Amino acid sequence: MAVPAVAVEQLVEWEVAETQIGLWTDAWQRFRRNRLAVAGAALVLILVLIAFLCPLLVQLGILQNPVKQNVQYIEAAPGQAGFLLGSDELGRDTLSRLLFGSRISLSVGILVQGIILPIGLAIGLAAGYFGGRIDNLLMRFTDIWYAFPDLLFVLVVVSVFKPNLLTIFGAIALVNWVGLARLVRGQVLSIKEKEFIEAARSSGSPPLKLIIKHLLPNSLGPIIVTLTFGIPQAIFLEAVLSFLGVGIQPPTPTWGQMVFDGYEAVYANPTSVVFPALAIGFTLLAFSFIGDGLRDALDPRMRR
Amino acid sequence: MAISEGRSGRGALLPLRMSQLAGSRGGSLAIFVGKRILWMVPIVFFVILITFVLMHLAPGSPWDRTGGRQLSQAVMNNLNIKYGLDKPETEQFKLYLWNVIHFDFGLSYQYEGKSVVTLIGGGWPYTATIGFLAFLLIVPVGISLGVVAALRQNTRVDYITMGFATFAASFPNFVIGALMVVVFSVVLYKATDGNFFLPSADFGLDSHLIMPVITLSLLPIAYTARLTRASTLDTIRQDFVRTAWAKGLPERLVVIRHILKNSLIPVVTTLGPTFAFLVTGSVIVETVFNIPGIGRAFVVAVSSRDYPMILGTTVLFSVIIAVANLVVDVAYVFIDPRVRLT
Repeated sequence: MAVPAVAVEQLVEWEVAETQIGLWTDAWQRFRRNRLAVAGAALVLILVLIAFLCPLLVQLGILQNPVKQNVQYIEAAPGQAGFLLGSDELGRDTLSRLLFGSRISLSVGILVQGIILPIGLAIGLAAGYFGGRIDNLLMRFTDIWYAFPDLLFVLVVVSVFKPNLLTIFGAIALVNWVGLARLVRGQVLSIKEKEFIEAARSSGSPPLKLIIKHLLPNSLGPIIVTLTFGIPQAIFLEAVLSFLGVGIQPPTPTWGQMVFDGYEAVYANPTSVVFPALAIGFTLLAFSFIGDGLRDALDPRMRR
Repeated sequence: MAISEGRSGRGALLPLRMSQLAGSRGGSLAIFVGKRILWMVPIVFFVILITFVLMHLAPGSPWDRTGGRQLSQAVMNNLNIKYGLDKPETEQFKLYLWNVIHFDFGLSYQYEGKSVVTLIGGGWPYTATIGFLAFLLIVPVGISLGVVAALRQNTRVDYITMGFATFAASFPNFVIGALMVVVFSVVLYKATDGNFFLPSADFGLDSHLIMPVITLSLLPIAYTARLTRASTLDTIRQDFVRTAWAKGLPERLVVIRHILKNSLIPVVTTLGPTFAFLVTGSVIVETVFNIPGIGRAFVVAVSSRDYPMILGTTVLFSVIIAVANLVVDVAYVFIDPRVRLT
C-alpha cells in the first residue's frame, strides 16, 4: 500500500528533529573523529598534568630538583648514575629540567591568549561594528602593526626591558593580537548583515546587547580556532627568546634554553639537545593538530 | 616560522583590495603602485618610531654594565654627549630621521668607531647568499610537492608530503637546525670516523651552507606546498580542466597548460610571506650556525643594547619585507588579469 506523500514528509521531518544536535555536541563529535587532534589533545593533557605535578614529584623524591647541581656528574649520558635522560653541563638532571620546562612553555602559550583575547576582541568588534572612520583608523593601525616583523619586535622589547615572565608575555601578546582583531572584524562585518541581526536591531536591542548576545556567540568558533593556533606561536617565540639567550633567565629551566645549553656541548653530549628539541617540536605539533581538529569541528566554512 | 596559516601573513603590507575599478587599467595600475609606495613611508616611519620610543622608555642607559665594571658618571656623560643622548628625546628623534633620510644610521655602541652601515654591509653578503639560495630551493621544491600531492590526492604520496609539511611547519627552525647538527655533524662524524659529515663549526661559504639553507627553507617549503596543493585542488575541479581531459589531451599537457598555469597564480602571494620568513629566519639560523650575517649582528646588538644597530637592522628588515610585498602585489596584478585594483 502506498504511503501518502504528506505522511512521508512528516516522517522525514520527525527524523530530522530527533537527530538534531547542538553546535557543541556536533563539534565534539567531529573533533573526536579526528585521530590526530585527539592524540594532540591527549599529549597536551599529559603535559598539563606534568606541569602541575612536577613540584610534587620533587617533594616526594621521585624527581630530582631541576636546579640542583651535581658537580660530580657533569654531562652524564642517559641512564648513567641515575640520570634517566642524562645531566647537563652543571650536572643538573635533564629529565627534571625537561618536565619543569613544560611549565614555562604552557603558561606562555595559554596566558598570552588571555591577553590577546580582550585586545583583539575590543579592536575587532569596534572596527567591525561601528565601521566608517573608526574602522578605517583601527585597520590602518593594525596594518602598520602587522608590518613589524614579530620576532624582531619581541627581541627589541625584551632587550629594552629586563626579560622576565611579564615582559615576555606582554611582548608576545603585543605582536599577536593583530590576527585576532582582523578575524573578529571580518566576522562582525559578515554577521552584521544577516537578517537576525536586523530583526534584533529593529526590535530595539541596544548595541552592547547586540554585540554580546548575537555577534560574539556567532563568531566564537573562529575565535577559538585562532586562539588555539596562537598557543604554538607564543610557545615558539618564548623558546626562540630563550634559545637566543634573551628569554627567561637561568636557573629557571625552559626548553629553548636547554636546547641552547645542550647545543653548546653538542659534540660531547648530543642527547642533551635532542630531548628538549623534541619536547618543543612535539608540543607545537600537538597544538597545531588540536587547532586543525577544532577548525574542522567548529568552523566548517574554514575547512580545507 | 608560521606554525599555522594565521601567522603567515605577518609582515605583509596590505591585503590586496579587490573592489570595483573605475577608469582604465593602465592608469589605475600606476595609481595603485604609487599608493603602495607612498604607504611604505608611514610604515617605515612607525617602525622607527615604535623602536625608538621603546628604547627610550628603557630603564637605565646603554652604558650600564653588570658586575664590577660599571662606568663612572663622568664617562657615561661623555658617552652621552658623543652619541647625542644628552639632547632632548624629540630632538634626537628628528635628528635620527634626518640622518636616516641621508642613509646615515649612526655609530654602533659596541664596536667603537664603526658605523651601523659598515657593520650591516659586512654581514650583508652572508645573509643575502643564504637567503638567495634558500629562495632558489623553496620555489621549485614547494611548488612541485604541492602539485604532486594535489594530483595524487588521498594517496600515500599526498599523505607523506602533507605529513612532512605539517612537521616542517610545526618544528621551529632552531630546533630543526640543532637536530640537523646532531645528526649530520656529530652522529655522522662519529659513525664514519670523520670521513663524511656536514660541517657546522667555523663558518665559510661552501659546504657550510647546506644545513643553514635547508633549515631556513623548510618552513617556507611547507607553507608553499600546502598553498599550492589547495590551489591545485581548486583548479582540477574546474570545468575547463574537465574539458581538457575530455577532448583527450595527454596528461602532461593538461597538467602544464591548464592546471599549473592557473593554480600557480595564488601561489605568487606566498612569496611575500616567504620573504618575511627568510628575513626573520636569518636571525635564528645565523645564530644556530654561527654565521656572521645581519641576523646574527641583530641578536648580538639586542643582547648588548646597541641601540643604533638595533634600530638600523629593524628598519632594514622592515623595508626589505615592505618592498618584497610591494613587488609581489604588483606582480600579482600583472600575472592575473582578473585582479581588481583599489
